[in-house]
Amino acid sequence: MPRYLVCNADETEPGTFKDRYLMEFLPHLLIEGLLIASYALGSHSTYIYIRGEYAWIPDILEEAIAEAKQNGWLGKNIQGTGFDLEIYVQRGGGAYICGEETALIESLEGKRGNPRIKPPFPAVKGLWQCPTVVNNVETLAAVVPIINIGGEEYAKIGIGKSTGTKLISACGNIKKPGVYEIDMTISVEEFIYSDEYCGGIPKGRRLKACIPGGSSVPILPANLLLKTAKGEARMMTYESLNDGGFATGSMMGSGGFVVLDEDQCVVRNTYTLARFYHHESCGQCSPCREGTGWMKRVLHNIEYGKGKMSDIDLLWDIQRKIEGNTICPLGDAAAWPVAAAIRHFRDEFEWHVKNPNAAQQRNFGIAHYADPLPVAAAAV
Amino acid sequence: MAEEKKLFKVKIDNISVEVEPGTTILNAARQIGGDIVPPAMCYYSKLEGSGGKCRTCLVKVTKGSEADPRPMPKLVASCRTTVMDGMEVANITSPEVQDARKGVVEFLLLNHPLDCPICDQAGECHLQDLGYEHGADGTRYEFKRRTFDQIDIGDNIKLHMTRCILCYRCVYTADQLTNRREHGILGRGEHSEISTYIHKALDNEFIGNVIDVCPVGALTDRTFRFKNRVWFLKPVDAHRNCDKCCGKTVLWMRGDEIFRVTARKDKYGEVEDFICDTCRFDTKETSAWTIEGPRKIDRHSVISQGHYVGTVKPKDTIVEVMDGRQPRLLMDIHSISQVNRPEIDLSKIDGPAHSDDFNNAKS
Repeated sequence: MPRYLVCNADETEPGTFKDRYLMEFLPHLLIEGLLIASYALGSHSTYIYIRGEYAWIPDILEEAIAEAKQNGWLGKNIQGTGFDLEIYVQRGGGAYICGEETALIESLEGKRGNPRIKPPFPAVKGLWQCPTVVNNVETLAAVVPIINIGGEEYAKIGIGKSTGTKLISACGNIKKPGVYEIDMTISVEEFIYSDEYCGGIPKGRRLKACIPGGSSVPILPANLLLKTAKGEARMMTYESLNDGGFATGSMMGSGGFVVLDEDQCVVRNTYTLARFYHHESCGQCSPCREGTGWMKRVLHNIEYGKGKMSDIDLLWDIQRKIEGNTICPLGDAAAWPVAAAIRHFRDEFEWHVKNPNAAQQRNFGIAHYADPLPVAAAAV
Repeated sequence: MAEEKKLFKVKIDNISVEVEPGTTILNAARQIGGDIVPPAMCYYSKLEGSGGKCRTCLVKVTKGSEADPRPMPKLVASCRTTVMDGMEVANITSPEVQDARKGVVEFLLLNHPLDCPICDQAGECHLQDLGYEHGADGTRYEFKRRTFDQIDIGDNIKLHMTRCILCYRCVYTADQLTNRREHGILGRGEHSEISTYIHKALDNEFIGNVIDVCPVGALTDRTFRFKNRVWFLKPVDAHRNCDKCCGKTVLWMRGDEIFRVTARKDKYGEVEDFICDTCRFDTKETSAWTIEGPRKIDRHSVISQGHYVGTVKPKDTIVEVMDGRQPRLLMDIHSISQVNRPEIDLSKIDGPAHSDDFNNAKS
């Protein structure tokens, strides 16, 4: 039975753009990673499923594939090892849901990009009912340094279980947005305020909140972002960002680090995210199909000054009934930002409901500040 | 060499059952029967690949299996999750499942037009039953319900997209039963709709079965449209020699007139055998059919009320209830009520009682 390796380059999460960087500037690294992983798996046809909106990147990848072929690193009998490999680049149609691995496989097969019901998982029955491994661009690119320096050596980078490096796509209200490779030994405060990384918040504004791992993970207010509930400094690691669960923590997620300063409105931000998930729901299972639209409309009312106090509780109830009851994680991804926004910024929602006119005139609600103000920021 | 098949022991709501490996939780529950069977809107045992979409059949797996007793972290769709040996499942005994199901029913009804009074499916609608059993009293949705442009899909089948719950059953039916599928899902998310590509009539010998598999009134029989309410009709088993299908159907009759023909459906609303369109739409003369006898409808629904087959006279338990005392007539409601007219024998009225029946009897 043939086995397949599929590279998930359908990077559509708002706030995440690390794979784009890798494919634009280091396509050979990805191809090398794909080659090694395909050899390990015994896959002779490997696919890169790339997001439709990245219209120019397939050309870059195809050029790199052609170069690799010319030099005998792809095709038949690679470098005399007897191993054959072809890499195909497949453009997606621009649907967020096709980043979910089974939806991606369906789309790759030429069908409607609906997630499959699991089990069976793709490792058992994936592309054309054959065992398939679906991995992200960053994961496959990381194969190369692991092979070069050895697994043990690679695992020495970082702390605790967060070993190796991680690409963080930082954006939002920071001085230096961009993709940063961190070795997961720094704290969140250092990442935001140090000149080596984000360089602090422009115009001397203060930090209000941050979505630390792409739009689907819970938003954290500044006080919980910089320090965990136990009072320790929060580090840029998988465990530390997840410390306290969803009650007082968040997730590393896809590494999309979105920073919101004191002038940003959490209600508006949540509405924008809810609108995104409503637009991107595939419509297969009922909680996500109906629930995302409902949340969007209720949030629209609150944002545009037509909200009621009971709407906040209603939102909470809707997200609770979507979360965990859907086929794929898109339902969870739609529910978590709304849940976290209500959990940490309920007063801002209430302020919007109570002061509809003020909420219209001023595009930001009441602010939660990091307390005390970080020294690094105060010095600027 | 007869190899003994090992049966899996499963506990659903503390009722044990032994099922073959590969059975889904829903089918194991159906083997037990009764209240513990999760409702299913999209799963259809005769259609491969169906299920998992509506999420009404969510259950909680409290014990994964004998080998791995950890509970499953999320609620699972029982129609697509296969059982493991020693699995323990909670359905009606779990408040979490009941709460989630209530949520799912609310989501399904969110954009449903609730036009039951003018819907031909009313009375045999699975969404009606589901809403009645698991739904809330009212909706919390304050927005405009979504609408679609009406499309014409032929002379025999009427599509009401607003009523659709997107169970995909009709898509699977067309895929697996007919030689060419002409309709499918267009659009994404809330705006997904059942449609044909560049409005084309569904024209196939077996396409009428999409009406039978549709759990709601999204696909209804045009030859029966607005003719009668299903609960006024007598279901009668009948068959005919058909060269295309099994010919075994249910005729829905009033007097000697056949109003519509459907396939025979079991307790869960699933057809026993699919029938062809000639039997369904074009054979409405009583002479063409060999009538077998009244049909017993097992389904827990309004349509099971309208007939008298298999009705068991209730046992005279009232004496036991009253500790041996004989019941005594305290008040004759007929003599007091101004509406009821005891002299009129309701059983002699053909069809439902009408005000005329009472007014005419006055003279």
